Amino acid sequence: MANQARVGVEGSSTVLSGVGSETLNLRKRSRPGEKFIQGTLFICGIISIFTTMGIVYVLFTESWRFFGSPEVSISEFLTSTTWQPRVGEFGIWPLLNSTLITSFIAMVVATPLGLGSAIYLSEYATPRIRSILKPILEVLAGIPTVVYGYFAISFMTPLLRLIFGTSTVQIYNMASAGLVMGIMVLPLISSMTEDALSAVPRSLREGAYGLGATRLETALNIVVPSALSGIIAAFIIGISRAVGETMIVAIAAGAGPRFTFNPFEAAETMTGHIARISSGDLGFDTIDYNSIFAIGLTLFIMTLVLNILSGYVVRRFREVYE
Amino acid sequence: MSVLHDPNPLNPNAIEARGMSIYYGAFRAVKEVSFSIESQKITALIGPSGCGKSTVLRSFNRMNDLIAVARTEGEVIFHGQNLYGPDVDAVEVRRRIGMVFQKPNPFPKSIYENIAFGPRINGWKGTKAEMDDLVEQSLRGAALWDEVKDKLKESGLSLSGGQQQRLCIARALAVEPEVILMDEPCSALDPISTLKIEELMFELRRQYTIIIVTHNMQQAARASDYTAFFLMDQDRAGMLVEYGPTDQIFKDPKDERTEQYISGRFG
Amino acid sequence: MSAEPIQPLTPGSVRRLPQGEDFRRNIARRRFIGRIWRYLFFSSLIIGVIALVTLLGTIVNRSFGTVAVQERVNPATLADRPLEDLSQEELLAIAQANISGNVRRRLDREEPLAERNEAELLRIIEEFVLQREVVNSWPLSETLFNYRHIEEQAAEEFPNARLEFRSWVSWDFIVRPMSRTPALAGIRTALLGSIWMIVITMLLAFPIGVGAAIYLEEYARDNLINRIIQTNINNLAGVPSIIYGMLGLAIFVRGLEYFTSGQFLGPGGAPNGRTLISAALTMALLILPLIIINAQESIRAVPNSLRQASYGLGATQWQTIWNHVLPVALPGILTGTILGMSRAVGETAPLIVIGAATYIVTDPSGPFSSFTALPIQIYNWTSRPQDQFRDIAGAGIVVLLILLLSLNAAAILLRNRFRRSI
Repeated sequence: MANQARVGVEGSSTVLSGVGSETLNLRKRSRPGEKFIQGTLFICGIISIFTTMGIVYVLFTESWRFFGSPEVSISEFLTSTTWQPRVGEFGIWPLLNSTLITSFIAMVVATPLGLGSAIYLSEYATPRIRSILKPILEVLAGIPTVVYGYFAISFMTPLLRLIFGTSTVQIYNMASAGLVMGIMVLPLISSMTEDALSAVPRSLREGAYGLGATRLETALNIVVPSALSGIIAAFIIGISRAVGETMIVAIAAGAGPRFTFNPFEAAETMTGHIARISSGDLGFDTIDYNSIFAIGLTLFIMTLVLNILSGYVVRRFREVYE
Repeated sequence: MSVLHDPNPLNPNAIEARGMSIYYGAFRAVKEVSFSIESQKITALIGPSGCGKSTVLRSFNRMNDLIAVARTEGEVIFHGQNLYGPDVDAVEVRRRIGMVFQKPNPFPKSIYENIAFGPRINGWKGTKAEMDDLVEQSLRGAALWDEVKDKLKESGLSLSGGQQQRLCIARALAVEPEVILMDEPCSALDPISTLKIEELMFELRRQYTIIIVTHNMQQAARASDYTAFFLMDQDRAGMLVEYGPTDQIFKDPKDERTEQYISGRFG
Repeated sequence: MSAEPIQPLTPGSVRRLPQGEDFRRNIARRRFIGRIWRYLFFSSLIIGVIALVTLLGTIVNRSFGTVAVQERVNPATLADRPLEDLSQEELLAIAQANISGNVRRRLDREEPLAERNEAELLRIIEEFVLQREVVNSWPLSETLFNYRHIEEQAAEEFPNARLEFRSWVSWDFIVRPMSRTPALAGIRTALLGSIWMIVITMLLAFPIGVGAAIYLEEYARDNLINRIIQTNINNLAGVPSIIYGMLGLAIFVRGLEYFTSGQFLGPGGAPNGRTLISAALTMALLILPLIIINAQESIRAVPNSLRQASYGLGATQWQTIWNHVLPVALPGILTGTILGMSRAVGETAPLIVIGAATYIVTDPSGPFSSFTALPIQIYNWTSRPQDQFRDIAGAGIVVLLILLLSLNAAAILLRNRFRRSI
């Protein structure tokens, strides 16, 4: 490093004046310090690859052990609607089903609200209103999910039981978890959608206004379709987030896998099951231990497919305006 | 209100600005501009950058409304009515006074949908065949039909820059405006496309009043009937210096500043 | 260039647009529809605001309220003055006289009674001698608007209890260790656990994250391996946090147990790998993509002219990065880091999977001790059915949110400074 500093920006006058007395040497010099730094930085970058490899390795090897054990078969795992480790029944469907139901409820809440608030912020709001309301959505996005879980169990569940009656709505239920999950996903969808909307060039809006379009007609017929790839990507990422969300369902959706389509009943999701099983003193190399990795693998593949899909949608369908 | 769309043959002036000033917040961008634009003629607005000519053009179909801080004083008379009167609807104004922008901005839809969009939102009542007819006529009106008739379903963005700009003109024609405002429509185009647009303007003049902002003085001299010359005053507010038939402005300007600008001494 | 003939529109044949009064009505209708939708868009935003207000309201409602306190022994029978006024010796005498057996031995083992100060003795007397306990609690809303009902209910169910206003968030709550009695429980252990974890996490994640961002922005050529790294980082950012927990469980807790339990340092380490260091390693991997992506953005925002100016003076690449690029990008990098930090503070699921302890009273003493964390504590209390655990869970959330709010405020301040300087 020291010899480099001499030619650096802070090169002192003595060094500069020395140039004249020596013969000028412009040959390539080796700079071991530079190479070392570059190597170190490369290792920092490559750590992310190791992380992915670690995740894939762990999920696959433990799942392999799980499917290798005598009481489990892959076909049962993929088709059975019972998950009861006690009696050796390992069908993913009860867990997958409630994951899908809670995520569906969440998206039913988050999609229209996220889209609506994004359109309002990007097409209607004055800078003043924007500066007040946008941070509120950002605050919502920054709240830890365990707090949302608390909100679900101590506000949303009592509210649902008040409205629909305590006999209809169980204390732990998928509806409450799903609704609160929708509130959690809302800021994500809203901010991604707003980014997509504001990326639509102003000239397109002016073109529509110039033809006598109202603000709504411009927004719905021109701006939203132009930003559609970004909006769809936001929607997919929202699903991925809802599917992978743990704390809200762990707290509010109930314990114990059940295959039910009634959102007012308790049913454990994939993430909720992983959290519950691992929060006990879980012994390694038990079937319970291995089973959560098989669930984790299913979850990982689902979210990975969703994330890749959203990236693909953005790249494939983005309009290039220049 | 209904006068707004009754052409008055006795009034040769399509648009008349009376003491119009335009503000952005506290800043006055345009100062007390008054002039009349004759109908079915091409009027060019010229002047150095920042002299407010685009702002003036945009005030003729209330595009400045879209800027939250912009405010217009004075009157713009169209068919005997002030466009800035209290009960005038900007949406209706923009349908009567169409606009073509500096950079071609076709919607990311098919060529057909680009044309059909305007009529549809404005309450078009007609059959599919009639819409096909309207699309064809609008494209013919913009001298684009032969080039695109076999690919109406393709995206408007797939066309070349000059074609895109003619598509934007066709799009404007489809809502049957009386006046077409053009904000430097050729600045992003190559010379051949520019020539085509200029030819098109001459043809459109038979039916429409055209007001064009241009940086290119040759273009103003070639392609317009009247010319208005704008300049910034010492407060950086744009003002109208001289207005008259293009021949007179370019050959025999009355104002010394016009002459200096025309002969290239500033701007 | 085709000389296409221009054909003017023939008005009669295409006039299908509404004219005159027709068009006036058309516009009025469109304006009306526009207004309705505008209200719909606005109300979806307002629903978001209402959700936030309700969420905060629910938490505040549970964190403050009225409690019914009942004592088995009347303090007047122990001393002639209020207990708060007694000296250490007098309190010690009362404690020694009234506590015996197992409880006494356990307390003495923790720290001999005689060596404890007044506050601690007072707390011990309240818990073991007076056996003061909170028998019921009511939320803030009822306290404010329906106090009469509380009084009636208390008089009926707990005639010996006295009602007092209680803020579950208090200094005591912060400094007390965990307890099985909600009224006496505190978050000291959890808070310390969280702080330890965050510090270690950031020590790991910050240099690695910034290093990776510098590599990707300044050194990486556009080749296959670098594209894979970039895509991989983007995909990692979308992996659910619980999956990271499983990675941590299998690799750090189990695979590297010899190291993460501290056994490699000699005997006396933690019994297993469920330690702070495992949690911090997992969290570091979890927030790395976030830090890298944010740091990349702020490095990318540094104008190229700056780099060229530095190269023009004969600086090497690293000198340019270190002296010119990083100082300009730093506020942005720090903003992203703080956001990653607040993510790590609030993450719960990976800690559950790793197996953070749910009941632990000893403060963490280093990276290799077992621990609990604030969100784990909140989760644990929330999932208990008793009302008072819900109250202290709410109080825990208040502390957590204040922590996060300060972190985010710092991030916003930095971001604003960043905007000004560019």
